[in-house]
Amino acid sequence: MNTDVVPGVVAVVLVSIATLAIGTFGLRISRTTSDFLVASRTVRPRLNASAIGGEYLSAASFLGVAGLLLTFGAEMLWYPVGWTAGYLVLLVLVAAPLRRSGAYTLPDFAEARLGSRGVRKLCSVLVVAIGWLYLLPQFQGAGVTLRATIGAPQWAGSLVVALVVLASVSPGGMRSITFVQAFQYWLKLTALLIPVFILLAVWMADGATDPAAAAPASWSIPLATPGGGIGLYTTYSLIVATFLGTMGLPHVVVRFYTNPDGRAARRTTLAVLGLLGIFYVLPPVYGALGRIYAPDLVASRSDVLVLELPSLMVGGVLGAFLTGLVTAGAFAAFLSTSSGLTIAVAGVLSQDVTGRRWGTRRLGGVAAFRVAAVIAVVVPLLMSLPAQDVAVARTVGLAFAVTASTFAPLLMLGIWWRGLTPTGAVAGLLVGGLGSGAAVAWTLGTSSASGWTAALLGQPAAWSVPASFLTMVVVSRLTAASVPAHAGRFMVRLHTPEAVDLQR
Amino acid sequence: MSDQPPPRVRVTGPPRRRADVVRPAGTREIDAETALGEVFMRSLLREQLVLALQVLAALALTVGLLPLLFHLVPSLGAVRVGPVPLAWLLLGVFTYPWLVLLGWLYIRRVESNERDFADLVTTVLPEDEI
Repeated sequence: MNTDVVPGVVAVVLVSIATLAIGTFGLRISRTTSDFLVASRTVRPRLNASAIGGEYLSAASFLGVAGLLLTFGAEMLWYPVGWTAGYLVLLVLVAAPLRRSGAYTLPDFAEARLGSRGVRKLCSVLVVAIGWLYLLPQFQGAGVTLRATIGAPQWAGSLVVALVVLASVSPGGMRSITFVQAFQYWLKLTALLIPVFILLAVWMADGATDPAAAAPASWSIPLATPGGGIGLYTTYSLIVATFLGTMGLPHVVVRFYTNPDGRAARRTTLAVLGLLGIFYVLPPVYGALGRIYAPDLVASRSDVLVLELPSLMVGGVLGAFLTGLVTAGAFAAFLSTSSGLTIAVAGVLSQDVTGRRWGTRRLGGVAAFRVAAVIAVVVPLLMSLPAQDVAVARTVGLAFAVTASTFAPLLMLGIWWRGLTPTGAVAGLLVGGLGSGAAVAWTLGTSSASGWTAALLGQPAAWSVPASFLTMVVVSRLTAASVPAHAGRFMVRLHTPEAVDLQR
Repeated sequence: MSDQPPPRVRVTGPPRRRADVVRPAGTREIDAETALGEVFMRSLLREQLVLALQVLAALALTVGLLPLLFHLVPSLGAVRVGPVPLAWLLLGVFTYPWLVLLGWLYIRRVESNERDFADLVTTVLPEDEI
């Protein structure tokens, strides 16, 4: 073991210990099933916003965005912009009604709104599938990080993240993880912010060379390669996927139930917008400086740019300290997003699978949650071991396309349109889910395609989202007789302020 | 006014606050799902949806038009603000405060809509006191 690995090892160990310590602190005040799943709905907006920010800023944001910006330039700025703007769309269309619906999880919302067990089951399957699709790149990214910083084998990073997540989620559930994730947002911000000042100072001292000088012209144009009609389509399709996909992410949605009321849900969302905006200003700095100081990473291994740039620009003890800092931030990113996804997936699994009667035995709420958490982590961990080389931000982007084509139409129509029927919802979910899912599978399976086919399948949201919407509306119209009898009453619950004394 | 000679003694429980509070008009209409209650709810929904769509339109007409703009005017790619390419500055920095501003304006308007709704449905209408 040489001395280069010391900062990385120290960072990983410290973050893991801090996570477990804060999680244990939460354990002391976490007792009931309600504590486990939604922190008993008493989390204040500011703490909740930090927690949402901590959970949302995944490996894709911390490592992936800077790497993609380094290689492809301005077109990749749409990822952070879309991931932030998604919260504005969520704020105006979904936030308060979703909280007022009073449901625990997305399947709960679907069942309460449509009164159908069938829709509920389909939603549960989708939540688990999307959660695993999103967990996979987190575990892979952790492997990449540990290999880059301490030379550990790839599977080791995945395993460490999985174990720490399980250890922090199982004892305390949502209550304890709220504190952990709030802490991790600020850790991630600090880990990118402090090096930025020093790196920018180095850049100024070196004469402030133009980062775009060494790059092709397309680096300064926010349109997907190869430009033209295909570039325009791909860019807008990515915008649709990210702007609408955020509201359907299982780990984001589950956080909204922890707000005390609809008004707090809105304020939380606004605070999240601010926190994400502050954070996402930073990765482009790394991407741009990387063009000057890390040209070797452009062609391959761009995912490790954030980890390696400090040591490339600053030597000695300071460089080692900064490397340790960004490693800590990256590790926090894997832990927090993985924990949030694990909670969301385990919440659904514990309600619909492990909490049910198996033979003569039936697990209690908390025990069922713990068993479900193990399942939620082990499956994507095993999936991540064979396949090891996917760009982190791209895989996460595909998960957004799937949520935008399934849960986004369900939530928007369910909240704003009385006429949605169970049959319509199922048909739309199937069309959107199978369409985008097939496109994702094709994209992950093949890598050497170009032209319109590749664009349409590689970035499916622009056609799969309208298809899903249209199917829901048309099929609901055709089955108008089966509009749930309580639809009107449910609208009262979703849209009227809590202060007004109404039967809900 | 009673004028019976032996005044009866009424036995009551402790005074309850709700005893003499008339349930306000609008909420009763909504609870009973009457036509008027339906009107209250539909107008609230329309108002909130229109507001949401206004915010989304503002988003689409600013941030959403940038790809088209750079597609139609490719020379914008060469524009610099100091050492920073214009696209990087617009998308990497200025978009975020704009999103927060839109969100802040939305919350102000939506909460005022909700206050108006609460005032409307909790006020006792004159014809209700027949």
